[in-house]
Amino acid sequence: MTTYQLPVALAQIREDFLDLEVKDRLVLLLEFANELPELPERYAEHPDLLERVEECQSPVYIFVEVDADQIVHLHATAPMQAPTTRGFVSILAQGLAGLTVDEVLDVPDDFPDSIGLTEAVSPLRIRGMTAMLGRTKRQIREKIAA
Amino acid sequence: MTVEVDSSAAFSEYAHPERLVSTEWLQSRLDAPGLVVVESDEDVLLYETGHIPGAVKIDWHTDLNDPVERDYIDGARFASLLGSKGISRDTTVVIYGDKSNWWAAYALWVFTLFGHEDVRLLDGGRAKWEAEGRDMVTETSTPTSVDYPVVERRDSEIRAYKDDVLAHFGNPLIDVRSPEEFSGQRTTAPAYPEEGSLRAGHIPSARSIPWGRAAAEDGTFRPLDELNALYRDEAGLKDGDSVIAYCRIGERSSHTWFVLTHLLGFESVRNYDGSWTEWGSAVRVPIVKGSEPGTAPEPR
Repeated sequence: MTTYQLPVALAQIREDFLDLEVKDRLVLLLEFANELPELPERYAEHPDLLERVEECQSPVYIFVEVDADQIVHLHATAPMQAPTTRGFVSILAQGLAGLTVDEVLDVPDDFPDSIGLTEAVSPLRIRGMTAMLGRTKRQIREKIAA
Repeated sequence: MTVEVDSSAAFSEYAHPERLVSTEWLQSRLDAPGLVVVESDEDVLLYETGHIPGAVKIDWHTDLNDPVERDYIDGARFASLLGSKGISRDTTVVIYGDKSNWWAAYALWVFTLFGHEDVRLLDGGRAKWEAEGRDMVTETSTPTSVDYPVVERRDSEIRAYKDDVLAHFGNPLIDVRSPEEFSGQRTTAPAYPEEGSLRAGHIPSARSIPWGRAAAEDGTFRPLDELNALYRDEAGLKDGDSVIAYCRIGERSSHTWFVLTHLLGFESVRNYDGSWTEWGSAVRVPIVKGSEPGTAPEPR
Protein backbone atom coordinates (compact mmCIF):
# COMPACT_ATOMS: atom_id res chain seq x y z
CA MET A 1 0.00 0.00 0.00
CA THR A 2 1.38 3.39 -0.91
CA THR A 3 0.42 6.56 0.87
CA TYR A 4 -0.18 9.64 -1.22
CA GLN A 5 2.47 12.31 -0.83
CA LEU A 6 1.79 15.89 -1.79
CA PRO A 7 4.31 17.24 -4.33
CA VAL A 8 7.22 18.98 -2.60
CA ALA A 9 6.36 22.56 -3.52
CA LEU A 10 2.72 22.26 -2.46
CA ALA A 11 3.73 20.53 0.75
CA GLN A 12 6.18 23.33 1.49
CA ILE A 13 3.53 25.98 0.85
CA ARG A 14 1.15 24.20 3.18
CA GLU A 15 3.79 23.91 5.87
CA ASP A 16 4.70 27.59 5.52
CA PHE A 17 1.08 28.65 6.02
CA LEU A 18 0.39 26.27 8.89
CA ASP A 19 3.52 27.42 10.73
CA LEU A 20 2.12 30.93 10.95
CA GLU A 21 -0.46 32.50 13.23
CA VAL A 22 -3.78 33.00 11.45
CA LYS A 23 -3.19 36.75 11.01
CA ASP A 24 0.27 36.25 9.52
CA ARG A 25 -1.14 33.81 6.99
CA LEU A 26 -2.80 36.79 5.32
CA VAL A 27 0.59 38.47 5.01
CA LEU A 28 2.01 35.40 3.33
CA LEU A 29 -1.01 35.25 1.03
CA LEU A 30 -0.33 38.86 0.07
CA GLU A 31 3.28 37.92 -0.75
CA PHE A 32 1.97 35.28 -3.10
CA ALA A 33 -0.40 37.83 -4.62
CA ASN A 34 2.52 40.14 -5.32
CA GLU A 35 4.53 37.32 -6.86
CA LEU A 36 1.96 36.41 -9.49
CA PRO A 37 3.88 36.83 -12.74
CA GLU A 38 2.51 38.78 -15.67
CA LEU A 39 0.98 36.67 -18.39
CA PRO A 40 3.42 35.57 -21.09
CA GLU A 41 3.01 37.95 -24.01
CA ARG A 42 1.55 35.29 -26.25
CA TYR A 43 -1.47 35.10 -23.94
CA ALA A 44 -1.66 38.75 -22.99
CA GLU A 45 -2.71 39.41 -26.57
CA HIS A 46 -5.10 36.47 -26.72
CA PRO A 47 -7.73 36.86 -24.05
CA ASP A 48 -9.85 34.34 -25.96
CA LEU A 49 -7.49 31.56 -24.86
CA LEU A 50 -8.07 32.29 -21.20
CA GLU A 51 -10.80 30.71 -19.13
CA ARG A 52 -12.62 32.77 -16.56
CA VAL A 53 -12.94 31.14 -13.14
CA GLU A 54 -16.62 31.92 -12.61
CA GLU A 55 -16.59 30.79 -9.00
CA CYS A 56 -14.23 33.58 -8.01
CA GLN A 57 -15.63 36.88 -6.88
CA SER A 58 -13.14 38.87 -8.92
CA PRO A 59 -12.25 38.39 -12.55
CA VAL A 60 -9.49 35.80 -12.74
CA TYR A 61 -8.53 34.02 -15.91
CA ILE A 62 -6.41 30.92 -16.22
CA PHE A 63 -4.78 29.07 -19.05
CA VAL A 64 -3.07 25.71 -18.75
CA GLU A 65 -0.31 24.51 -21.05
CA VAL A 66 0.95 20.95 -21.25
CA ASP A 67 4.34 20.79 -22.93
CA ALA A 68 5.94 17.96 -24.92
CA ASP A 69 7.34 16.44 -21.72
CA GLN A 70 3.86 16.30 -20.16
CA ILE A 71 4.80 19.13 -17.79
CA VAL A 72 1.98 21.45 -16.74
CA HIS A 73 2.29 25.25 -16.87
CA LEU A 74 -0.46 27.30 -15.28
CA HIS A 75 -0.79 30.93 -16.41
CA ALA A 76 -3.19 33.34 -14.81
CA THR A 77 -4.16 36.95 -14.59
CA ALA A 78 -6.25 38.80 -12.00
CA PRO A 79 -6.54 42.51 -11.22
CA MET A 80 -4.43 44.23 -8.57
CA GLN A 81 -7.72 45.17 -6.84
CA ALA A 82 -8.27 41.49 -6.14
CA PRO A 83 -5.24 40.49 -4.06
CA THR A 84 -6.92 37.48 -2.46
CA THR A 85 -7.73 35.99 -5.83
CA ARG A 86 -4.22 36.77 -7.07
CA GLY A 87 -2.80 35.07 -4.00
CA PHE A 88 -4.85 31.92 -4.55
CA VAL A 89 -3.87 31.51 -8.17
CA SER A 90 -0.26 32.36 -7.40
CA ILE A 91 -0.13 29.56 -4.81
CA LEU A 92 -1.35 27.12 -7.42
CA ALA A 93 0.95 28.42 -10.14
CA GLN A 94 3.99 28.10 -7.87
CA GLY A 95 2.89 24.88 -6.24
CA LEU A 96 2.14 23.10 -9.51
CA ALA A 97 5.18 24.45 -11.39
CA GLY A 98 7.20 21.69 -13.00
CA LEU A 99 4.74 18.91 -12.14
CA THR A 100 3.67 16.32 -14.66
CA VAL A 101 0.12 15.87 -15.85
CA ASP A 102 -0.39 12.87 -13.56
CA GLU A 103 1.07 14.64 -10.55
CA VAL A 104 -1.29 17.59 -10.98
CA LEU A 105 -4.32 15.36 -11.50
CA ASP A 106 -3.40 13.51 -8.29
CA VAL A 107 -3.40 16.66 -6.15
CA PRO A 108 -6.34 16.27 -3.76
CA ASP A 109 -9.28 18.48 -4.71
CA ASP A 110 -9.49 19.71 -1.14
CA PHE A 111 -5.88 20.95 -1.04
CA PRO A 112 -7.12 24.58 -0.69
CA ASP A 113 -8.98 23.61 2.50
CA SER A 114 -5.85 22.15 4.03
CA ILE A 115 -3.48 25.12 4.11
CA GLY A 116 -4.96 26.92 7.08
CA LEU A 117 -6.63 29.71 5.14
CA THR A 118 -10.29 28.87 5.73
CA GLU A 119 -10.13 30.57 9.11
CA ALA A 120 -8.16 33.54 7.85
CA VAL A 121 -10.16 34.33 4.73
CA SER A 122 -13.45 32.43 5.31
CA PRO A 123 -14.59 29.13 3.74
CA LEU A 124 -16.69 31.01 1.21
CA ARG A 125 -13.67 32.72 -0.29
CA ILE A 126 -11.63 29.52 -0.31
CA ARG A 127 -14.12 28.05 -2.75
CA GLY A 128 -12.64 30.26 -5.43
CA MET A 129 -9.32 28.48 -5.05
CA THR A 130 -10.96 25.06 -5.10
CA ALA A 131 -12.62 26.07 -8.36
CA MET A 132 -9.30 27.18 -9.85
CA LEU A 133 -7.75 23.82 -9.06
CA GLY A 134 -10.79 22.03 -10.50
CA ARG A 135 -10.70 24.03 -13.70
CA THR A 136 -6.96 23.52 -14.04
CA LYS A 137 -7.43 19.76 -13.83
CA ARG A 138 -10.31 19.88 -16.31
CA GLN A 139 -8.20 21.82 -18.82
CA ILE A 140 -5.43 19.25 -18.44
CA ARG A 141 -7.83 16.36 -19.03
CA GLU A 142 -9.17 18.07 -22.14
CA LYS A 143 -5.68 18.67 -23.45
CA ILE A 144 -4.40 15.16 -22.95
CA ALA A 145 -7.58 13.74 -24.47
CA ALA A 146 -7.22 15.92 -27.56
CA MET B 1 -22.26 63.45 16.77
CA THR B 2 -18.70 63.60 17.97
CA VAL B 3 -17.37 65.06 14.73
CA GLU B 4 -19.35 67.69 12.80
CA VAL B 5 -21.32 66.48 9.80
CA ASP B 6 -20.28 67.01 6.21
CA SER B 7 -22.54 69.82 5.07
CA SER B 8 -21.65 69.47 1.37
CA ALA B 9 -24.45 70.75 -0.83
CA ALA B 10 -24.41 67.46 -2.73
CA PHE B 11 -25.69 65.60 0.33
CA SER B 12 -28.24 68.13 1.57
CA GLU B 13 -31.01 66.78 -0.66
CA TYR B 14 -30.93 63.37 1.01
CA ALA B 15 -33.15 62.53 3.99
CA HIS B 16 -30.17 61.97 6.31
CA PRO B 17 -27.21 63.81 4.85
CA GLU B 18 -25.27 63.25 8.07
CA ARG B 19 -24.80 59.63 7.01
CA LEU B 20 -22.41 60.53 4.19
CA VAL B 21 -19.03 62.19 4.04
CA SER B 22 -17.04 63.20 0.98
CA THR B 23 -13.41 62.32 0.31
CA GLU B 24 -12.45 66.02 0.74
CA TRP B 25 -14.19 66.16 4.11
CA LEU B 26 -12.45 63.02 5.32
CA GLN B 27 -9.03 64.07 4.03
CA SER B 28 -9.08 67.19 6.16
CA ARG B 29 -10.28 65.37 9.28
CA LEU B 30 -8.13 62.25 9.34
CA ASP B 31 -6.62 63.32 12.65
CA ALA B 32 -9.85 64.54 14.20
CA PRO B 33 -10.30 63.29 17.76
CA GLY B 34 -13.31 61.04 18.10
CA LEU B 35 -13.18 59.85 14.49
CA VAL B 36 -12.28 56.31 13.44
CA VAL B 37 -12.12 55.28 9.79
CA VAL B 38 -13.00 51.65 9.03
CA GLU B 39 -12.27 49.79 5.81
CA SER B 40 -14.59 46.91 4.99
CA ASP B 41 -14.07 45.09 1.70
CA GLU B 42 -15.13 42.10 -0.23
CA ASP B 43 -11.48 41.20 -0.80
CA VAL B 44 -10.04 40.34 2.60
CA LEU B 45 -6.50 41.39 1.58
CA LEU B 46 -7.23 44.73 -0.02
CA TYR B 47 -6.64 46.67 3.20
CA GLU B 48 -3.15 45.19 3.42
CA THR B 49 -2.28 46.46 -0.05
CA GLY B 50 -2.92 50.04 1.06
CA HIS B 51 -5.59 51.93 2.95
CA ILE B 52 -6.55 55.40 4.12
CA PRO B 53 -4.00 56.54 6.72
CA GLY B 54 -5.10 55.48 10.19
CA ALA B 55 -7.99 53.33 8.97
CA VAL B 56 -8.68 50.04 10.75
CA LYS B 57 -9.98 46.94 9.02
CA ILE B 58 -13.17 45.09 9.86
CA ASP B 59 -13.93 42.06 7.73
CA TRP B 60 -17.59 41.20 7.21
CA HIS B 61 -16.95 37.50 7.29
CA THR B 62 -14.22 36.88 9.81
CA ASP B 63 -15.15 39.71 12.19
CA LEU B 64 -18.89 40.36 11.97
CA ASN B 65 -20.32 36.88 11.43
CA ASP B 66 -20.50 34.31 14.17
CA PRO B 67 -17.95 31.62 13.32
CA VAL B 68 -20.31 28.75 14.14
CA GLU B 69 -23.97 29.71 13.78
CA ARG B 70 -25.33 31.55 10.79
CA ASP B 71 -25.85 34.80 12.65
CA TYR B 72 -24.04 37.98 13.53
CA ILE B 73 -21.73 38.18 16.50
CA ASP B 74 -23.28 38.91 19.88
CA GLY B 75 -22.98 42.02 22.02
CA ALA B 76 -19.91 40.81 23.90
CA ARG B 77 -17.95 40.03 20.74
CA PHE B 78 -19.04 43.27 19.12
CA ALA B 79 -17.87 45.19 22.17
CA SER B 80 -14.52 43.47 22.13
CA LEU B 81 -14.11 43.96 18.37
CA LEU B 82 -14.93 47.66 18.41
CA GLY B 83 -12.93 48.32 21.57
CA SER B 84 -9.89 46.69 19.96
CA LYS B 85 -10.26 49.03 16.98
CA GLY B 86 -10.26 52.10 19.20
CA ILE B 87 -13.97 52.72 18.76
CA SER B 88 -16.01 53.95 21.73
CA ARG B 89 -19.78 54.14 21.86
CA ASP B 90 -19.68 57.88 20.98
CA THR B 91 -17.02 57.59 18.26
CA THR B 92 -17.86 58.92 14.82
CA VAL B 93 -17.22 55.97 12.51
CA VAL B 94 -16.69 56.47 8.79
CA ILE B 95 -16.77 53.23 6.79
CA TYR B 96 -15.52 52.80 3.25
CA GLY B 97 -14.80 49.84 1.02
CA ASP B 98 -14.50 48.34 -2.43
CA LYS B 99 -17.27 47.73 -4.97
CA SER B 100 -19.26 50.96 -4.47
CA ASN B 101 -19.28 50.50 -0.70
CA TRP B 102 -21.25 47.29 -1.00
CA TRP B 103 -19.50 45.67 1.98
CA ALA B 104 -19.06 48.96 3.78
CA ALA B 105 -22.85 49.35 3.77
CA TYR B 106 -23.13 45.84 5.13
CA ALA B 107 -20.78 46.70 8.00
CA LEU B 108 -22.74 49.91 8.64
CA TRP B 109 -25.95 47.90 8.82
CA VAL B 110 -24.41 45.51 11.36
CA PHE B 111 -23.18 48.48 13.42
CA THR B 112 -26.77 49.71 13.34
CA LEU B 113 -28.03 46.39 14.71
CA PHE B 114 -26.04 47.28 17.81
CA GLY B 115 -27.35 50.83 17.81
CA HIS B 116 -24.02 52.52 17.16
CA GLU B 117 -25.36 55.99 16.61
CA ASP B 118 -22.85 57.88 14.53
CA VAL B 119 -21.79 55.67 11.65
CA ARG B 120 -21.35 57.11 8.15
CA LEU B 121 -20.22 56.03 4.71
CA LEU B 122 -17.47 57.62 2.65
CA ASP B 123 -19.34 58.45 -0.57
CA GLY B 124 -17.61 56.73 -3.47
CA GLY B 125 -15.68 54.41 -1.18
CA ARG B 126 -12.20 53.11 -1.72
CA ALA B 127 -12.22 53.49 -5.50
CA LYS B 128 -12.94 57.21 -5.39
CA TRP B 129 -10.29 57.89 -2.75
CA GLU B 130 -7.78 55.97 -4.84
CA ALA B 131 -8.84 57.56 -8.14
CA GLU B 132 -8.31 61.00 -6.66
CA GLY B 133 -4.73 60.07 -5.86
CA ARG B 134 -5.16 60.57 -2.13
CA ASP B 135 -2.70 59.13 0.39
CA MET B 136 -2.75 55.43 1.11
CA VAL B 137 -0.47 53.55 3.48
CA THR B 138 0.29 49.88 3.93
CA GLU B 139 1.21 49.66 7.59
CA THR B 140 -1.56 48.19 9.71
CA SER B 141 -3.00 50.75 12.12
CA THR B 142 -2.51 49.86 15.77
CA PRO B 143 -5.18 51.74 17.68
CA THR B 144 -5.15 51.92 21.45
CA SER B 145 -7.87 49.68 22.83
CA VAL B 146 -10.79 51.43 24.46
CA ASP B 147 -13.88 50.26 26.29
CA TYR B 148 -16.97 49.63 24.25
CA PRO B 149 -20.07 48.69 26.23
CA VAL B 150 -21.76 45.34 25.73
CA VAL B 151 -24.96 46.24 23.92
CA GLU B 152 -27.40 43.53 22.90
CA ARG B 153 -28.24 43.41 19.23
CA ARG B 154 -31.67 44.74 18.33
CA ASP B 155 -32.71 42.86 15.24
CA SER B 156 -36.40 43.62 15.05
CA GLU B 157 -36.31 47.10 13.53
CA ILE B 158 -33.98 46.62 10.60
CA ARG B 159 -33.56 42.87 10.22
CA ALA B 160 -36.15 40.46 8.85
CA TYR B 161 -36.17 36.71 9.39
CA LYS B 162 -37.82 34.24 7.05
CA ASP B 163 -41.02 34.18 9.11
CA ASP B 164 -41.15 37.98 8.97
CA VAL B 165 -41.06 37.78 5.18
CA LEU B 166 -43.91 35.24 5.13
CA ALA B 167 -45.95 37.59 7.31
CA HIS B 168 -45.02 40.58 5.16
CA PHE B 169 -46.79 39.49 1.95
CA GLY B 170 -48.94 42.29 0.62
CA ASN B 171 -46.24 44.82 1.49
CA PRO B 172 -43.36 45.77 -0.82
CA LEU B 173 -40.37 43.50 -1.27
CA ILE B 174 -37.29 44.58 -3.18
CA ASP B 175 -35.07 41.97 -4.76
CA VAL B 176 -31.68 43.58 -5.33
CA ARG B 177 -29.99 40.67 -7.10
CA SER B 178 -29.08 40.51 -10.77
CA PRO B 179 -31.85 39.96 -13.34
CA GLU B 180 -30.52 36.41 -13.93
CA GLU B 181 -30.92 35.52 -10.28
CA PHE B 182 -34.35 37.17 -10.12
CA SER B 183 -35.73 35.23 -13.06
CA GLY B 184 -34.25 31.98 -11.82
CA GLN B 185 -31.67 31.40 -14.53
CA ARG B 186 -29.09 31.13 -11.79
CA THR B 187 -28.84 31.21 -8.01
CA THR B 188 -25.74 33.35 -7.65
CA ALA B 189 -24.60 36.65 -9.07
CA PRO B 190 -22.87 36.21 -12.42
CA ALA B 191 -19.27 35.30 -11.59
CA TYR B 192 -19.98 34.59 -7.94
CA PRO B 193 -19.58 31.28 -6.17
CA GLU B 194 -22.44 28.84 -6.02
CA GLU B 195 -23.70 28.98 -2.49
CA GLY B 196 -25.91 26.00 -2.52
CA SER B 197 -29.44 27.31 -2.95
CA LEU B 198 -31.60 24.42 -4.06
CA ARG B 199 -34.19 26.44 -5.97
CA ALA B 200 -33.91 29.47 -8.24
CA GLY B 201 -36.25 32.41 -8.73
CA HIS B 202 -37.55 35.13 -6.41
CA ILE B 203 -39.90 35.73 -3.52
CA PRO B 204 -43.43 36.29 -4.92
CA SER B 205 -44.34 39.96 -5.52
CA ALA B 206 -40.75 41.20 -5.11
CA ARG B 207 -39.76 43.98 -7.47
CA SER B 208 -36.36 43.69 -9.12
CA ILE B 209 -34.09 46.67 -8.57
CA PRO B 210 -30.47 45.46 -8.73
CA TRP B 211 -28.55 47.21 -5.96
CA GLY B 212 -25.88 48.65 -8.23
CA ARG B 213 -28.40 50.88 -9.98
CA ALA B 214 -28.28 53.13 -6.92
CA ALA B 215 -24.59 53.79 -7.51
CA ALA B 216 -23.03 56.02 -10.15
CA GLU B 217 -20.00 54.97 -12.21
CA ASP B 218 -17.61 56.49 -9.67
CA GLY B 219 -19.22 54.52 -6.84
CA THR B 220 -21.01 57.52 -5.30
CA PHE B 221 -24.73 57.38 -4.63
CA ARG B 222 -26.97 58.67 -7.38
CA PRO B 223 -28.71 62.03 -6.87
CA LEU B 224 -32.06 62.09 -5.10
CA ASP B 225 -34.21 62.51 -8.22
CA GLU B 226 -32.63 59.45 -9.82
CA LEU B 227 -33.10 57.41 -6.66
CA ASN B 228 -36.73 58.51 -6.49
CA ALA B 229 -37.23 57.47 -10.09
CA LEU B 230 -35.80 54.07 -9.27
CA TYR B 231 -37.53 53.22 -6.03
CA ARG B 232 -40.71 55.32 -6.05
CA ASP B 233 -41.58 55.40 -9.75
CA GLU B 234 -40.18 52.07 -10.88
CA ALA B 235 -40.54 49.94 -7.74
CA GLY B 236 -43.69 51.76 -6.60
CA LEU B 237 -42.61 52.49 -3.03
CA LYS B 238 -44.71 55.07 -1.20
CA ASP B 239 -44.13 57.06 1.97
CA GLY B 240 -45.09 55.05 4.98
CA ASP B 241 -44.44 51.71 3.30
CA SER B 242 -42.94 48.88 5.24
CA VAL B 243 -40.24 47.43 2.99
CA ILE B 244 -38.07 44.32 3.06
CA ALA B 245 -35.00 44.08 0.84
CA TYR B 246 -33.06 40.91 0.16
CA CYS B 247 -30.33 39.48 -2.03
CA ARG B 248 -28.25 36.34 -1.59
CA ILE B 249 -26.78 36.65 1.90
CA GLY B 250 -27.88 40.16 2.83
CA GLU B 251 -24.83 42.11 1.69
CA ARG B 252 -26.06 43.75 -1.51
CA SER B 253 -29.40 44.45 0.16
CA SER B 254 -27.57 46.32 2.95
CA HIS B 255 -26.57 48.81 0.28
CA THR B 256 -30.21 49.18 -0.77
CA TRP B 257 -31.28 49.35 2.89
CA PHE B 258 -28.90 52.29 3.30
CA VAL B 259 -30.32 54.06 0.25
CA LEU B 260 -33.96 53.56 1.27
CA THR B 261 -33.40 54.43 4.93
CA HIS B 262 -30.80 57.16 4.95
CA LEU B 263 -31.03 58.74 1.52
CA LEU B 264 -34.73 58.42 0.73
CA GLY B 265 -35.96 58.53 4.33
CA PHE B 266 -38.18 55.44 4.46
CA GLU B 267 -38.68 54.70 8.12
CA SER B 268 -39.54 51.04 8.07
CA VAL B 269 -37.01 49.14 6.00
CA ARG B 270 -35.68 45.74 6.96
CA ASN B 271 -32.90 43.69 5.43
CA TYR B 272 -33.65 39.98 5.09
CA ASP B 273 -30.12 38.65 5.51
CA GLY B 274 -31.16 35.02 5.19
CA SER B 275 -31.97 36.07 1.64
CA TRP B 276 -31.84 33.67 -1.26
CA THR B 277 -29.41 31.25 0.36
CA GLU B 278 -32.12 30.60 2.95
CA TRP B 279 -35.32 31.14 0.94
CA GLY B 280 -34.05 29.18 -2.07
CA SER B 281 -33.39 26.17 0.15
CA ALA B 282 -36.25 26.45 2.61
CA VAL B 283 -39.00 23.85 2.54
CA ARG B 284 -42.53 24.94 1.55
CA VAL B 285 -42.00 28.61 0.85
CA PRO B 286 -43.51 30.12 -2.32
CA ILE B 287 -41.22 30.99 -5.24
CA VAL B 288 -41.87 32.68 -8.57
CA LYS B 289 -39.74 32.18 -11.66
CA GLY B 290 -39.40 34.53 -14.60
CA SER B 291 -38.97 38.27 -14.86
CA GLU B 292 -42.43 39.26 -13.51
CA PRO B 293 -42.87 39.82 -9.75
CA GLY B 294 -45.89 37.53 -9.50
CA THR B 295 -48.67 37.94 -6.96
CA ALA B 296 -48.28 38.00 -3.22
CA PRO B 297 -49.66 34.95 -1.44
CA GLU B 298 -51.71 35.39 1.74
CA PRO B 299 -49.46 36.42 4.58
CA ARG B 300 -48.83 33.60 7.05
